[in-house]
Amino acid sequence: MPRRLLRDGRVAVDEWRYLDDAADAGESNRDALIIPFERWLRERESWSRCEGRLGVLLGPAQAVLDLVADLPRLSLIAVQFPSPGEGRGYSHARQLRERWNFTGELRAVGCARRDQLFFLARCGFTAFELPEAEIESASAALTTFSAEYQVSNDAGLTGTLRHR
Amino acid sequence: MYRYDAIDKTLVDERVTQFRDQTRRFLSGELSEEEFRHLRLRNGLYIQRHAPMLRVAIPYGLLSSTQLRMLGSIAHRYDRGYGHVTTRQNIQYNWPKLEQVPDILAELATVEMHAIQTSGNCIRNVTSDHLAGVTPNELEDPRPWCEIIRQWSTFHPEFSYLPRKFKIAVTGAPQDRAASLLHDVGVHIVRGPGGELGFEILAGGGLGRTPIIGQVVREFLPREHLLSYLEAILRVYNLEGRRDNLTKARIKILVRSLGIDEFRRRVEAEWAQIKHTALLLQDSEIARVRQFFTPPAYRSLADSDPTAGRHTAFRAWYRYNTHAHKIPGYRAVFISLKKAAVAPGDVTDSQMELLANLADRHSFGEIRVTHTQNLLFADVEQSATFELWQALDRAGLATPNIGTLTDMICCPGLDYCSLANAGSIEVAKLINERFDDYDYLYDLGEIDLKMSGCMNACGHHHIGHIGILGVDKGGEEWYQITIGGSAGADASLGTVIGPSVAKSEVADTIARLLTVFVQRRGPEERFLDTVRRIGVKPFKESVYATPVAA
Repeated sequence: MPRRLLRDGRVAVDEWRYLDDAADAGESNRDALIIPFERWLRERESWSRCEGRLGVLLGPAQAVLDLVADLPRLSLIAVQFPSPGEGRGYSHARQLRERWNFTGELRAVGCARRDQLFFLARCGFTAFELPEAEIESASAALTTFSAEYQVSNDAGLTGTLRHR
Repeated sequence: MYRYDAIDKTLVDERVTQFRDQTRRFLSGELSEEEFRHLRLRNGLYIQRHAPMLRVAIPYGLLSSTQLRMLGSIAHRYDRGYGHVTTRQNIQYNWPKLEQVPDILAELATVEMHAIQTSGNCIRNVTSDHLAGVTPNELEDPRPWCEIIRQWSTFHPEFSYLPRKFKIAVTGAPQDRAASLLHDVGVHIVRGPGGELGFEILAGGGLGRTPIIGQVVREFLPREHLLSYLEAILRVYNLEGRRDNLTKARIKILVRSLGIDEFRRRVEAEWAQIKHTALLLQDSEIARVRQFFTPPAYRSLADSDPTAGRHTAFRAWYRYNTHAHKIPGYRAVFISLKKAAVAPGDVTDSQMELLANLADRHSFGEIRVTHTQNLLFADVEQSATFELWQALDRAGLATPNIGTLTDMICCPGLDYCSLANAGSIEVAKLINERFDDYDYLYDLGEIDLKMSGCMNACGHHHIGHIGILGVDKGGEEWYQITIGGSAGADASLGTVIGPSVAKSEVADTIARLLTVFVQRRGPEERFLDTVRRIGVKPFKESVYATPVAA
């Protein structure tokens, strides 16, 4: 069954596949593949020559700076949250959006659940892989708060202070 | 004080709705214990030894009488009739029911209060000098800056899942009454090269298992850059702080392992990228926040001596429990929450109600919580202090011991906390019983006694002139004693005097330390000064020379 996710506030069917899953399934389609960070660093040149859309899976300890030169070639960056307390991905997202002007899909993967969606979206995430049972109700979390102290990405602005 | 506008109010109300939903999902089994733990911990809710503990935020310790009345009312209706004020100027309830917490939060919201970020690995309540705005020698009132930091740090989307908790203290006077050198970040208002006011920024201080005194990251930061600089520090910490080991996750460990120079280099590099974003503070915003902290309507009075012709009990209270005020005719008045036989920092529902009324009558309806777990009326007319003292005395709130040995800082200990090894409240009681002679206490002068029930150091034992740490020895409570610590601008960490002592020996051990002090002190020397001058050895020798008679 194809994976569903929350993208731009709506439930969508995910056309992206993780490289390892695709290889295991014996697929030859090279479009919309998400490549693990280490492998991307090793094979970036050959991957860059492919026709299809490419994404990278970024772990919390991996450096955004190592991806900066590749951003024009990347349509998606999936940021991993391996544990419920993991928070580095929030900084990665803001740096990608605000400093490096990444405009592709920023996807939260792992322990990023409904209760974190609001902050994740404010840091620039636009897509969320959630447990299937949570998908339908999760979009409500994007409007948990209708005010904020900081101006942030979801308002289309950079920086984080609201002047009244 | 700061008053909520539509943005503040909306946020707090929506937080209540969010937490109500999270609690419901937990109680119905939709959220696991572990999932809910991460959520409740961002809202001050701990699961403790006996019951949940709810910590309510008191931003930089400032309360209106309306808010204090509500805190008393909540203690009465949802708890067992009391609250406990903390070293970070908050208040804790020890017996709320989990399912009632959303209702408590809803009631708090009606008086512009909440429990947001009072626990968890996020930016905690910003603390400050309890004499802010009234102490004679401060450079500038730090509270507007605290409020600016409060707003920036509340629900900061990027810094809600830090490696560990993060505490900021702001001071504006040369005396450090907020223990800012023991905070993750200390912000000091200072004068720059051209005489303009800005900030000295320190980082990497903290207590806990590995106590470290904060170091200067930047000697002078122009005021408009306060938030961008804090954001740079937080981002470096969020990305590089250790997450593999809870006991090594505070920023102090990062600063120590990188070295202050390399840490500074990384912060400055990050700051260079963000200093000219929307974080740049506009004069209009600074002015908007400042208008909430304009001085109250002081009357034009002359200084007088209200103790003239009064009896000794009032004179002693006036001397120890009141503090000089920058406006002639006024005094700042401490309300001691360190009465013998009461857990340090505890205040009952009826006391809160009374204090709210007294604050309305005598101190412009404002009350402050001090870092030393007492309360303060900042603006009392000197001529009203006698009447105020009488009312406080009747309610058991005029114990004349501020700054003395029995004005102890103490964590809740074994009685409430699931982490503690030792019953700090019980030891506080033993010390109070042993040192109940006020003439002796006054003769000893200023002594900070601080006591923690475990290594987490919530009672700040490392920075007590005398520190007491509860340790577990084969299931028994023992106590390790340190001397020579200080929380002030001359912050220092205490030295362990030797093997830990049994509970029954704690008071006698302290008595021996004090005897050495009285014998060896120089003119005008405080206990701390004597320890610093003669070292730990004479104290140690006296304590361990002969067994303490248990």
